[in-house]
Amino acid sequence: MFWDKDIECIDEEKLREIQLERLKTTIKRAYEKIPYYRKKFDEAQVSPDDIKKLEDIRKIPFTSKADLREVYPFGMFASPLSEIVEIHMSSGTTGRPIVAGYTLSDIEIWGEVMARCLTMAGTTKNDIVQVAYGYGLFTGGFGVHYGARKIGAMIVPASAGNTRRQIEIMRDFGTTILACTPSYALYMAEVAQEMGIEPTTLKLKAGCFGAEMWTEAMRTEIEKRFNLNAYNIYGLTEIIGPGVAHECSEKKGLHVFEDHFFVEVIDPDTGDPVSDGQRGELVLTTLTRQGMPMLRFRTRDITSIIRDKCACGRTFARIERIRGRTDDMIKVRGVMIFPYQIEKAILEVQGVEPHYQIIITRPQHLDEIEVMVEMSKETFSDEVKHIENLRRKLEKRIEDITGIRVKVTLVEPKSLPRSEGKAKRIVDKRSLHD
Amino acid sequence: MKIKQLSVFLENKRGRLYEALKALADSNINIRALSIADTSEFGILRMIVTDPEKAKEILEKNEFTVKLTNVIAMAVKDKPGGLAEALKYLYDANINIEYIYAFVEKSGEKAVVVLRTENLDKTISILQESNIKLLTWDDVLAL
Repeated sequence: MFWDKDIECIDEEKLREIQLERLKTTIKRAYEKIPYYRKKFDEAQVSPDDIKKLEDIRKIPFTSKADLREVYPFGMFASPLSEIVEIHMSSGTTGRPIVAGYTLSDIEIWGEVMARCLTMAGTTKNDIVQVAYGYGLFTGGFGVHYGARKIGAMIVPASAGNTRRQIEIMRDFGTTILACTPSYALYMAEVAQEMGIEPTTLKLKAGCFGAEMWTEAMRTEIEKRFNLNAYNIYGLTEIIGPGVAHECSEKKGLHVFEDHFFVEVIDPDTGDPVSDGQRGELVLTTLTRQGMPMLRFRTRDITSIIRDKCACGRTFARIERIRGRTDDMIKVRGVMIFPYQIEKAILEVQGVEPHYQIIITRPQHLDEIEVMVEMSKETFSDEVKHIENLRRKLEKRIEDITGIRVKVTLVEPKSLPRSEGKAKRIVDKRSLHD
Repeated sequence: MKIKQLSVFLENKRGRLYEALKALADSNINIRALSIADTSEFGILRMIVTDPEKAKEILEKNEFTVKLTNVIAMAVKDKPGGLAEALKYLYDANINIEYIYAFVEKSGEKAVVVLRTENLDKTISILQESNIKLLTWDDVLAL
């Protein structure tokens, strides 16, 4: 199902034309209206006039979270405060929060892209949409709300929390579309069962789940528990909120609304673009946003771009499900690996929640990874050969999954450092600047 | 005829053996036999103690990975060839030994040896048929 088939299936060449025109306008606007951007451009010795084709975007400096914190609260606004009609904010776990300002036209666009998302999940004006994302400074609740209103569906602005009431509402109102974080959906299924309500008897037909990282296994679980179609939605406050990308019924990657957002994937170390299909850091540029144009924002999210034609007919490029955060990524011998891959390997071999630490060194010129794994009670044997076997199995499985040969060392339980209940997963001892 | 042995996983780290033994000492648990299998990275401490269940509990409370394993304790003549003679029976029966170590104390003319093989039941019957004395748990405590 399409919200706006003409644009969602637009001819690719035409799309690039629109993108280029909008990119030029946005860059010019950012340069003229935002002193912080002007300074960055001048320092990098680029001018908006240097942008002649889409590839020229690479001349533009990146914007980071740190940049946004520096200009707190309103330093990235390109419109006068009188034109800003709404504010959202991302909670900064470290340092100052990030503020996003929206003009009336930004809110319009937000509703438009969210309407596309919800329609992709099968929402029509006959549906009842329960918004169980938080309403408030967080963008989740309002974003879905604006999209559902554009469609004309009946909105239940439940916000997050009060789980038993959420479930009663679902049952009594006959909610058909659920929007919340995937972990909250699973929690709701559990609570429903506690209340004696079998989740599959609810009228839910689809859900838009996002705002956190999740896996295919979780999708299968949610779909089974509720008997619905679970879709992956992506977005972030710095760009607009939810509504940057969403899965179509193929569920093979999230279509990015390229008429509003320009998508790049870069090597997080070098900043150079990686080729399509290769994983790297997602970088987004807004193409239509007035209140707060965002140029080459480094999301820290790891994904890859899929440009093959999608069976649904949409021409917008897709990104694969978010695979991790650059903060968690380790690059070893040129290969990107993530703690979750190691975790998966250990879990498969040991069968219990793993405690591990990844230590990277560079003894000569080659990176070495050592994975310290806490011996579990379940797998401990008092024979050396069994322990050696376990060690080899772990090494083999980790190599299968990451493609990197590692050395596994078994250590005593609780011997790895933990802070606030969470273990420090990566210790990088490489000195790369000597 | 099976004896409970306490096995402890040890990292090759300063003080770990001491800490394990100290924990047992503080709880008044006596060690009758002990051995350590070590590799370059870890060690396995194997012990016969007076109260294996309690020892396991104490060590686990102290964050050690512990396992109780069945072993055999056999008495061999304390003279040249005493142990070799006993092992010959197992060799002839094609039984592989996983590990073997001796008791701290000796009982009279006999030396006591702890043994784990790939097949304990078969080992017990072969040794008994060959008139090798196997120790019961009471025998071990009386040592």
